[in-house]
Amino acid sequence: MKAPPEGSYAGNVFEAQQIAIRFGGIRAVDNVSFDVRPGEVFCIIGPNGAGKTTIFNLISRIYPPSEGKLMFMGQDITEIAPHKIAGLGIARTFQNIELFANASVLQNLLIGRHCHANVGIFSQLAFLPNVRRAEIAHREKVEDVIEFLELQRYRDTLIANLPYGVRKIVELGRALCTEPKLLLLDEPSSGLNVEETEVMGFWIDDIKKDLGISIIMVEHDMSLVNSVADRVLALNYGKVLASGTAAEVQADPEVIRAYLGGDA
Amino acid sequence: MHYFFKTSYKHDLRVARHRGDIFWYSLLTLVLLVLPMMAGEFYVGELAGVFVFAIAGVGLMLLIGYTGLVSLGHAAFLGIGAYTNAVLLARGVPFVLSLPAAGVLSALAGIAIGVPTLRMTGLYLAIATLAFGGIMSNVFSKWTSVTGGFDGFAVQTPTILGLKLEGVFGTYYAALLVLVFVLWVMANLLRSPLGRALVAIRDSEISAQSMGINLAMYKSIAFAISAGITGLAGAMFAHYVRYLAPDAFDILLSIQFVTIVFVGGLGSLHGAIFGAIFVRLLPQAIAIVRDDLPFGIGRLPGLEPALFGLILVLFILFEPGGIYGRWLKLKAYFMNFPLYKASTFKRQKAYTKTERLR
Repeated sequence: MKAPPEGSYAGNVFEAQQIAIRFGGIRAVDNVSFDVRPGEVFCIIGPNGAGKTTIFNLISRIYPPSEGKLMFMGQDITEIAPHKIAGLGIARTFQNIELFANASVLQNLLIGRHCHANVGIFSQLAFLPNVRRAEIAHREKVEDVIEFLELQRYRDTLIANLPYGVRKIVELGRALCTEPKLLLLDEPSSGLNVEETEVMGFWIDDIKKDLGISIIMVEHDMSLVNSVADRVLALNYGKVLASGTAAEVQADPEVIRAYLGGDA
Repeated sequence: MHYFFKTSYKHDLRVARHRGDIFWYSLLTLVLLVLPMMAGEFYVGELAGVFVFAIAGVGLMLLIGYTGLVSLGHAAFLGIGAYTNAVLLARGVPFVLSLPAAGVLSALAGIAIGVPTLRMTGLYLAIATLAFGGIMSNVFSKWTSVTGGFDGFAVQTPTILGLKLEGVFGTYYAALLVLVFVLWVMANLLRSPLGRALVAIRDSEISAQSMGINLAMYKSIAFAISAGITGLAGAMFAHYVRYLAPDAFDILLSIQFVTIVFVGGLGSLHGAIFGAIFVRLLPQAIAIVRDDLPFGIGRLPGLEPALFGLILVLFILFEPGGIYGRWLKLKAYFMNFPLYKASTFKRQKAYTKTERLR
């Protein structure tokens, strides 16, 4: 795979401006602002229930924010329909894997190409030559991802028959098939053992360096955070505790108190 | 083990996987084409019935098996197709126009029921479609100026290019043609982005949406195509029964369609065909053994629906893959003999999926 050509846009890839969401009386995310620079791995950490996944669901427009603005490549995406997010260039993975279990790896990756499918319904029903050409082009792109993530041997295997670690990589691959500019990874290491987590770290590094994709990542595993994150944002009860490099955030007294309690 | 090596992207897009497929399906088509010249009228008529039910089964398979939306009101779409075709024929519209009109009108009805039920899944959707079926069967019986009410009316013999499709033989060939057309459309659908999008919606709505699939639009499309295909089946059904009366399109017929899908095998076109054969032949089998059953079981009213229900439940419990799933296992057994293991088809335990978004 090749890195996407540099666009004319030079500012931050993504900006969250004072976003907040309330579920009834609970402020799950409260006045959070951050920005993601081009080609950066931005990591969100925090104890359980801090609002990390909620921020992801706000970015992928599954929840509408109660306040604030979401900016992607200088464009306001706060009001955009959730299914249009992928087409803009934001792809995501899920904490507990949301693959299509009864389909093969190839078919799952091809669904990642859906936001680039632009042939009419009736030409699809008749499978006209333009559909055939588009399908072959999609398969070429998918093969690039398969090669990049070394998934060749699993190409025709059903997801239901794959081990958990491989499924994580396939989900990563499906997100890459959308040719994103921004990748949202929700706990890429959850359910993986130490070795698999390390491998996941290498993939994330490759995606950042070889493809130039910016990444926002929610993660609990501090070894993975330390190895890949450029900047870290710590949350608790929906509020920003600290931000900075991984070392700075981990040394912050507020963060230590949130994790360990007491008045450290 | 048998493995198909694909050497190009074009290969992956073919409907037939290998030469064996082409051979067997050509042979099947040939047999079906010459069969009416050898078999008696009764058997040809029964087969025509199987074709009609197979068309409807394929339509419902798209909705239940591929999109994961359960409908208990497909008899209504069959009825809309049947009445559209028959009424248009009676008003002098040629068959080549009345047949597509039946499909199009049913598809529109499908959108009309699909859009308001977009947010419903599972049991709630089943109840909504059940209600739709009830409403439509009342429309068929009360709208006497068009449908003739309970008296019904005779369906005219269709003509294509001056050729009269008379009797069971005409219906047989017409239904076979429509079935082949519908299967071709479905094969195209399943290998194009639309089919993948529907399967994605079935397996995980949340990630389908985050991959850029417009849930509302694709669910409506699934309803429209499914209803449209069932409407085509309805048009052929009108010629099969030759006399339309509203009591044909009741809840029992809808349940027979659901039985086709579940007993045949969810998520496969073969399943729809196997299911249709099963559903059409079971009543015949019951009729044959009915008089020989002990204790007067054969004279019990409601024996047929009870047996349908029992078989449906047994299949869901013991063979969720349906007849087609059983066939795949049998095939694997003989292809791998003597190395077949029962665990080949055992799925791994499902991992927990995220529930907070449901």
